Amino acid sequence: MQTRARPNRLGIRGWVVGGRWGFERYLYTLHRLSGLGLLAYFVMHIFVTSTRAIGPESWDQAMSAVSGPLFAVGEYLVFAAFAFHAVNGIRLGAIELGFAVGRPIEPVYPYETSVGRQRRLARAVLMIAFVVAVWGGLDFFAWK
Amino acid sequence: MTETTTRQVTFDVRRYEPGTDAEPHWESHRIDVLPGMTVLDGLWKVKELSAPSLAWRSSCRMGICGSCGMLINGRPRLACNTQIAELKSDVVAVAPLPNFSIIKDLVPDLRPMFETHRELMPYLIRDDVEEQDDPTREYWQTPHELEHYLQFSYCIKCGCCMAACPTVATDPQYAGPMPLGQAQRYDADSRDGGFAQRREALSGGRGPWRCHFAGECSQVCPKGVDPAKAIQLMKGEMVADLLRLRKRRAPAPLVEPPKGPRREEIPAAPERTVTEA
Amino acid sequence: MRDRTLWTWHIGAGLVILVLLGLHMTIMHLSATLGFLGVADAEPTEWASVAARAGSLFFTLTYVLLLGAALYHGFYGFRNILMELDPGRTLRRVIDVGLSVVGLALFAFGTWAALAAPGAATMGG
Ligand code: SF4
Ligand code: SF4
Ligand code: FES
Repeated sequence: MQTRARPNRLGIRGWVVGGRWGFERYLYTLHRLSGLGLLAYFVMHIFVTSTRAIGPESWDQAMSAVSGPLFAVGEYLVFAAFAFHAVNGIRLGAIELGFAVGRPIEPVYPYETSVGRQRRLARAVLMIAFVVAVWGGLDFFAWK
Repeated sequence: MTETTTRQVTFDVRRYEPGTDAEPHWESHRIDVLPGMTVLDGLWKVKELSAPSLAWRSSCRMGICGSCGMLINGRPRLACNTQIAELKSDVVAVAPLPNFSIIKDLVPDLRPMFETHRELMPYLIRDDVEEQDDPTREYWQTPHELEHYLQFSYCIKCGCCMAACPTVATDPQYAGPMPLGQAQRYDADSRDGGFAQRREALSGGRGPWRCHFAGECSQVCPKGVDPAKAIQLMKGEMVADLLRLRKRRAPAPLVEPPKGPRREEIPAAPERTVTEA
Repeated sequence: MRDRTLWTWHIGAGLVILVLLGLHMTIMHLSATLGFLGVADAEPTEWASVAARAGSLFFTLTYVLLLGAALYHGFYGFRNILMELDPGRTLRRVIDVGLSVVGLALFAFGTWAALAAPGAATMGG
């Protein structure tokens, strides 16, 4: 039977707003964004640091090109993104290999889900990433 | 005497008539609501009083047939399993489940989900085909082994999880939480020997690797099936298998059913009605 | 089951990055922290420090390892995102080939830079 069914996929909107339940949804979005940011920086970074192959002059030139407060803030953002991506990555690795989701249980109302099971882990991720980012911030800007 | 206080609620219903409407549109209906009314009851009232052509799917009205999944106030739920009161709102917005095409009004086209479900072989795969067709004995399974999959077997295939999944939202290749959860339900069954076959069926973009544990599916599942858990356990098993760390086991053996003394008052089994073709 | 293998490598590479990039970040940016730990170092981006690291076999090896792991992890993740946008058959092919070529080229270039630095700890000197 052919129907003239109308497509109704949420599309990329579904990556951000699909259900809006659980803050893991935002960790998922943030993980993607920080990952893309890190990748972009990394590719740039390869080119900047490869100047050392040519010699001290070009290295110093490259270093002075990427100095200044704007770049310091940029580098700090990269550091913070790395802190989040790394800690959240540990959580995801543990979960996605089936370690942190618990065993199958008898579903008795109100249902306890694997999302709830790992929620403490997710909170810890945010806290650790935050602490590392603040620590790094102090080291970057305050403790000279 | 029980007090029955009625209150008025606005039902915003997303309507779409194929062939006539270019786009789905919202339609508003005011109805009186009694305590204890579900969203499904409300839809019947709307249909009875002001929108006779309104279409949706429902059958059991008790959360067991899986036909009444809808997007209710932004969240995929079963209409029969959702009290209007629990929404804590004077507006009840009902739309068809997203990520499925709309056949009409609130009726989603679930066929792609069921096709994938079938392709992932949601049944026991064993060599003793004759025994399965015409059982003579039982498959041995302990209560502990039952627990490995029991939770996942409560799935009613309502599709709420599919409507919540951010990957399904963009990627039609991805199998989605329901079919993957059901594949894991059989992979985890000690009577099954189909892991390798399902592993092949899961190759390509449809496999569990597209799941990033946003966890939405498990949050919305009305039966506590927790497909996200099933999918992560599946990934763990499959990686273990790749690293040759997965414990191999033969599917459960056949055993004679226990033969105790038969209680008098239990009638004998009726005669077979189905004979060999 | 190509996807399973690729994904498993993605996780493995993530682990490598976690260790090596953690080290890299600490050495490069957390000078005060290193000071607390008693490993006060010269300014890490001074040419002298750069040349000293280039001359160390440990740093050269870990640079190349980190380069490879990070490129793989990053490009696989990027591919994942692109694939979930449901590109057509041809586009999928283009993405696969394109990302592999760019990734390999960057790896070759980065490895060359790590090995060619003056005084680098390579066999040729
Ligand atoms: S897993 Fe839950 S939400 Fe998904 S189809 Fe089954 S019962 Fe419905
Ligand atoms: S946990 Fe996986 S299957 Fe469930 S909603 Fe998230 S991405 Fe989809
Ligand atoms: S009508 Fe059967 S589940 Fe709602």
